Amino acid sequence: MGVIVVNNLSKSFGKGTSRKNALKNVSFEIAEGNMAALIGPDGAGKTTLLRLLAGILQPDAGTLQVLGHALPDDSLQLQARIGYMPQRFGLYENLTVEENLTLFADLHNLSEDGRKARFDELLTMTALGPFRTRRAGQLSGGMKQKLGLACTLIHPPKLLLLDEASVGVDPISRRELWSIIQHQVIHEKVTVLLSTAYMDEAERCDHVLLLHEGEILAQGSPSDLIAPMQGHSFLLKDAALAPRALQSQIARLQDVVDSVIQGDGLRIVMKSAEAPTLPARLVAQGLSKPVPARLEDAFVSLLFNRNPHHSTPLPKTTETAANDIPVVEVKSLYRYFGSFAAVKDVSFSVHKGEIFGLLGANGAGKSTTFRMLCGLMPASSGTLRVAGADLRTGAASARARIGYVSQKFSLYGALSVLQNLSFFATVYGLQSRRKQDRIAWALEELELKNYIATNAADLPLGYKQRLALACALMHEPSILFLDEPTSGVDPLARREFWARVNALAQGGTTCLVTTHFMEEAEYCDRLVLMSLGEVLAEGTPTEIKSRVRRADQPNPSMEDAFISLIEEHERVSRRAS
Amino acid sequence: MRTRILRVFALVVKELLALLRDPASRAVLIGPPIIQLIVFGYAATFELKHVPFVVYNQDQGQLSRELVARFAGAPSFDLVQFVYDQSAVKKAINNKSALMAMDIGPNFTSDLERGQPAHVQIVLDGRDSNTAAIAMGYVQSIVTHFNESQVLQHGTKPPPTVLLDRALFNPNLDSRWFIVPGICGILTLLVSMLTTGLSVAREREMGTFDQLLVTPMPPTEILLGKALPGFLVGTAEGTLIVLMAIFWFHVPFTGSLIGLYIGLLCFLFAAVGIGLMISSLAVTQQQGLLGVFLFMVPAIVLSGFATPIANMPQAVQYITLLDPLRYFLIVLRGSFLEGGGIALFWPQYWPLLMIGLICMVAAGNLFRKRLA
Repeated sequence: MGVIVVNNLSKSFGKGTSRKNALKNVSFEIAEGNMAALIGPDGAGKTTLLRLLAGILQPDAGTLQVLGHALPDDSLQLQARIGYMPQRFGLYENLTVEENLTLFADLHNLSEDGRKARFDELLTMTALGPFRTRRAGQLSGGMKQKLGLACTLIHPPKLLLLDEASVGVDPISRRELWSIIQHQVIHEKVTVLLSTAYMDEAERCDHVLLLHEGEILAQGSPSDLIAPMQGHSFLLKDAALAPRALQSQIARLQDVVDSVIQGDGLRIVMKSAEAPTLPARLVAQGLSKPVPARLEDAFVSLLFNRNPHHSTPLPKTTETAANDIPVVEVKSLYRYFGSFAAVKDVSFSVHKGEIFGLLGANGAGKSTTFRMLCGLMPASSGTLRVAGADLRTGAASARARIGYVSQKFSLYGALSVLQNLSFFATVYGLQSRRKQDRIAWALEELELKNYIATNAADLPLGYKQRLALACALMHEPSILFLDEPTSGVDPLARREFWARVNALAQGGTTCLVTTHFMEEAEYCDRLVLMSLGEVLAEGTPTEIKSRVRRADQPNPSMEDAFISLIEEHERVSRRAS
Repeated sequence: MRTRILRVFALVVKELLALLRDPASRAVLIGPPIIQLIVFGYAATFELKHVPFVVYNQDQGQLSRELVARFAGAPSFDLVQFVYDQSAVKKAINNKSALMAMDIGPNFTSDLERGQPAHVQIVLDGRDSNTAAIAMGYVQSIVTHFNESQVLQHGTKPPPTVLLDRALFNPNLDSRWFIVPGICGILTLLVSMLTTGLSVAREREMGTFDQLLVTPMPPTEILLGKALPGFLVGTAEGTLIVLMAIFWFHVPFTGSLIGLYIGLLCFLFAAVGIGLMISSLAVTQQQGLLGVFLFMVPAIVLSGFATPIANMPQAVQYITLLDPLRYFLIVLRGSFLEGGGIALFWPQYWPLLMIGLICMVAAGNLFRKRLA
């Protein structure tokens, strides 16, 4: 008998025509002591499922049994035995670390004598001991998540439900969070169900549920899920062709389900376990070797099979010559909020037609830097020039040269797709003929035609992202700012998005992108790695990774690079102080 | 220039679409004002109707019965019962079954017939002093009429001075005529301030405001695009309520429509200015809402909507000069009841324009400062 037994569970929200099925006929079982992952894009139903399991929501249909309690009838008894950590854990920002722990201990009626030992244990485990008296509001994003987890673990729970506990957290804190959770599973025999946006985390679990649009696409152990994909994946290298150019050729081939750039090669997934039939030239020059399949391959091909007509736009092959004209220049940029330095001595420059990435965790200073570049916030000191002007003080005409896609795709929710497009077109000064042309272009190119009259608020997330991009591109800007454009969208939409950005860059548009997904660094021509407001490294993805290549780390990932660079940075600053 | 106009126009259209397409904000614009108009229009009245009273009539004569009949027949009074001793009078007042008791002495009819003054005692429940005072006024008026008819019938010498009152503009002193035009001002203020006061905050919350700021639109155009919908919505709302006042509540409209609408526009100019000022300060919709209500409550109290400004302490009277509603209420009541026109209202127009101008400039500066 599993710790969690779910049968034909359904849940929908809303009324009438706007009624949406959050979960459709979901059934699964999770055994005691297992670590299970729930993976899927935003809106797949992950949070709804976790809330149902925590007894906070009432199901429409189906049965739920958690730790032997039938839900929703026994929710109160259940809630005393589980730990549930919602996406934005409700820490009291004005209370100190210790006061927060005490509060949650009181809420759970933890006895006074057991308290001290538990606090010490949790503070040691989360390495928050030195910060006992610091206010929760002044902790970094990673530390807040760890404190949230500690508060959830205050009464040793039998079952832990974690809703995206590690999303957006820096890689080091992510690693720490992960080891705390694993410790709970191995030593405390706690059963864990967590939702995540990271495939690599899911891959390390005992059981994986792939959720998409409220349905379970597949479930099983990661090895079970990956097994049918073995032999489908290949790494291609071509000495003469850059990976991006290679991708634009390969992606056209039949039976190629997925292709992503990896270092100086291209990783592809085939429909069947057969090596791709490559063009003759590639066979002669290139190198194709099979690589082990990943969980992501399984997910992507499942999505692909569901919607085989899904077409990914292909970058144009016209390779514009690399350009040395700097269009964005940042020199020793600082930004203070009170005495807190959100951005410290940041310098970089971006050339025309480049895809330039700002990588870092939440709170690394990416968005602040971005807002300063777009002229939304003044710099405390330093210089910045975008298209030859400071957008803050420069003429309004300079702003006509940039496009901006903000975090969470800010659109007018009550307006239809067409009204949104039309509004932004006019605001950017497009008139009559040209306005109509651009709107027609956007509807066509970004495949928004079927949604013309839909309110932006009701669009699926992937389409919101497209509409936001369309609105920012109405006036054909020469520089495009994209703030976390891929967070929360499904892997296919993410690939599609990067392909569009690629196409734009090849057409000469300079693209600046922020992301907290380390693997997305591969899509950038050059990038800066940021942490706590500082630039740790600047260069091409290969350059940055090669900086940390060591004997024990022959093939470092961007995440490895990030962690090594932070550790190195801390060593240097410790020596300096 | 054409681009600028088109841009502002696009923002206005977007603003109106966002208001009207969203069921929640559409409901806020249409529902509450109409409900408030009905509730205020019917509930807020200074008149007393159906005051319950008891009669302790110790007189057996014809004239006392006539006096009682005059009261019982008046719409303002309802005869609850006749009582037969003093303690019952006290009891009726104490347990609030009557608000007033009438005690007619045993010699009422005979005194009057002899041409002597007769006495009637009126006992009022003083716990509600306002109601008691108004009821007393009605009593006096009925008694006066009673006396007059006595004089006529018996040809006795009339009293030396007779008070003949006549109220101009509102002959029956129907308080609804006074209150409904005032509500028109309050609701117009509320709706236009909500439209402008929350619009920037709403966009800040949604993140769309950043999206606007990175466009080539300068802040003044954004401000203009935010101000105009307030004017449009305010004008529509004002018109709706004026129409309801005339056709539903039958308040006579005697003045000039042009005079009223110039007043409305001046008033909206001020209201939108204040709304924008709130908008430029508020980061969240909640703050905006709080700001609107922090302004609304004193604005209503100081406007002379319910209590006359002349009754306020001198210092407070000076403060009312800053209240746009004060001026617009004069325009409204003037247009409805006084038959006033542009010439009469000019002293109200210019202070509204001044308030509006100062607020707009301040909002523009705050707006720029906030961005910096």
